[in-house]
Amino acid sequence: MSLRTSGTARAGQYAALLCYLVFLAFPFLWLISTAFKPARELGSLHPTWIPEDPTLDNFRQAFDEQPLLRAAANSLTAALCAALIAVVIATPMAYVMARHRGRLSTAATGWVVVSQAFPFVLVIIPLFLVLKYLHLINSLWGLILVYVVWSLPFALWMLAGYVRAVPPELEEAAAVDGAGRVRILVSVTAPLLAPGIVATALFAFITAWNEFFFALVLLKTPEKQTLPVVLTHFLGAEGVADLGPLAAAAFLATLPSLVLFAVIQKRITGGLTAGAVKN
Amino acid sequence: MTLVTATVRSGRRAPRGGQGDGRRRDGATWFLVLPALIPILILSVGPLLYGIALAFTDAQSGRTRSTQWVGLLNFQDLLHDTLFWESFRIGLLWAVGVTVPQFVLALGLALLLDANLRMRWLARALAIIPWAMPEVVVGIMWRLVYNPDAGILNETVRDLGLGDGRDWLTGLATALPAVIVVGIWAGMPQTTVALLAGLQNTPHELHEAAALDGAGAWRRFRTVTWPAIRPVALAISALNFIWNFNSFALVYVLTSGGPGGRTRLPMLFAYEEAFRYGQFGYAAAMGCVMVAVISVLLAVYLVGRLRGGEDG
Repeated sequence: MSLRTSGTARAGQYAALLCYLVFLAFPFLWLISTAFKPARELGSLHPTWIPEDPTLDNFRQAFDEQPLLRAAANSLTAALCAALIAVVIATPMAYVMARHRGRLSTAATGWVVVSQAFPFVLVIIPLFLVLKYLHLINSLWGLILVYVVWSLPFALWMLAGYVRAVPPELEEAAAVDGAGRVRILVSVTAPLLAPGIVATALFAFITAWNEFFFALVLLKTPEKQTLPVVLTHFLGAEGVADLGPLAAAAFLATLPSLVLFAVIQKRITGGLTAGAVKN
Repeated sequence: MTLVTATVRSGRRAPRGGQGDGRRRDGATWFLVLPALIPILILSVGPLLYGIALAFTDAQSGRTRSTQWVGLLNFQDLLHDTLFWESFRIGLLWAVGVTVPQFVLALGLALLLDANLRMRWLARALAIIPWAMPEVVVGIMWRLVYNPDAGILNETVRDLGLGDGRDWLTGLATALPAVIVVGIWAGMPQTTVALLAGLQNTPHELHEAAALDGAGAWRRFRTVTWPAIRPVALAISALNFIWNFNSFALVYVLTSGGPGGRTRLPMLFAYEEAFRYGQFGYAAAMGCVMVAVISVLLAVYLVGRLRGGEDG
């Protein structure tokens, strides 16, 4: 199917691809390398790619220096709750957006796009005041509320796309059989949507797990803070970071989202392509 | 990152617009919509309007005296705040400096990934890494790369005999370019995936027909590929520009806005104003100005590009 390309052009393409591979991979490889280096090697003026004497000391020290486990538990709680709530409330609305064209779905779509353009500072100040009034500052619940609303636009968008992929004929057939609207949604549509709902929830989870700005503003005490905020404590005062533990903690913090992303990556990119083709 | 899907879709209309026409809009619809609509109104639309209103008050944190309506005072003050406009200028430099090279690089990568190459899966997998990483970790990781003594960048510079290397993130001249490189790296996946989706929509037959007619690679790109991906390219670069202009975490971790404010993006400035100095009203006014200027710039850009015809 594809075009035949000449040998030199092919070689050029591979050379370019190689450059991209190096550019994309080297910071990450350096992070891993640093995480496993003993302090002595980190102090050396001629750093090497492969640690000569690899060690796990940095990981141990990282857990000693900062409450990483509690921070991870906080991140897990916030991201799990936010993803679950967001998907549960977004699925029905996404269904309406996909199946009924009207002012409501137009407005919702408009909001989805517009909400991307606002600087968070314009939303966070009033949110801060509202959450303070509700005594939800420095509380994971306050953060979860914010994450739910923050992840709704893309959850709605992804889910509406998955709904459109379900043939409406199936629902019409169930309606002919006398099933009610909600009944149809629960027993016919939802099972077909399940993979899309899972992918959306995982994506919402990753976004919340990685989020920094809201967590920085809303969580005050170290016991409540999430992993990204606690990671910045390793940076310490200007320039005097302890590189080994910093790298070790950063590497650990990124693993869950990397693994989950690897799982759903095909769905996200595949859904994207399929959606673009179908529409 | 959330709306790559949106960009791909926005160019096309759903074909089956008439679905469900025969159904009554009844209570069930509201029952389905309200669980999402209520939090959106209370925690998103509401605060946004409240935030705009705050820009016209002297609201401060931790003050006992009640907040007063001050009209345009905050905006008048902003007009004379040279530090703010300096951060605005840096924000624009950063947004353009990231968005443009990122688009060019991502387009190149997308074209390579679309071609039938052997290492494609590896490149795809690697290209996803920056997307899945927390921005804080991306910042920390690049601080390790840029570290003056133990970093790999200076070691490479020394190995190549280009001198002793430098302190990239704290040098007055190098700080902004250094953070821009990180911004480009971090945002590559979304742009690449969006463009790749556009590319895979391009009918291969057209490509082959053009090749049979003797069109070279560049002409095929200009006459077949580019027109097909133009809507996606336009949407993703506009969104990237906005996201970059409004970004925070990456630069906060890399430089905290230093040295001497050389990398202090508007969001960092507004954050400090609001949560370090407690000037809520003033910071809200900054947010309003950011929205206004970005909207105008984008409108001009989009109208210009849409009118730009085939060469765009």
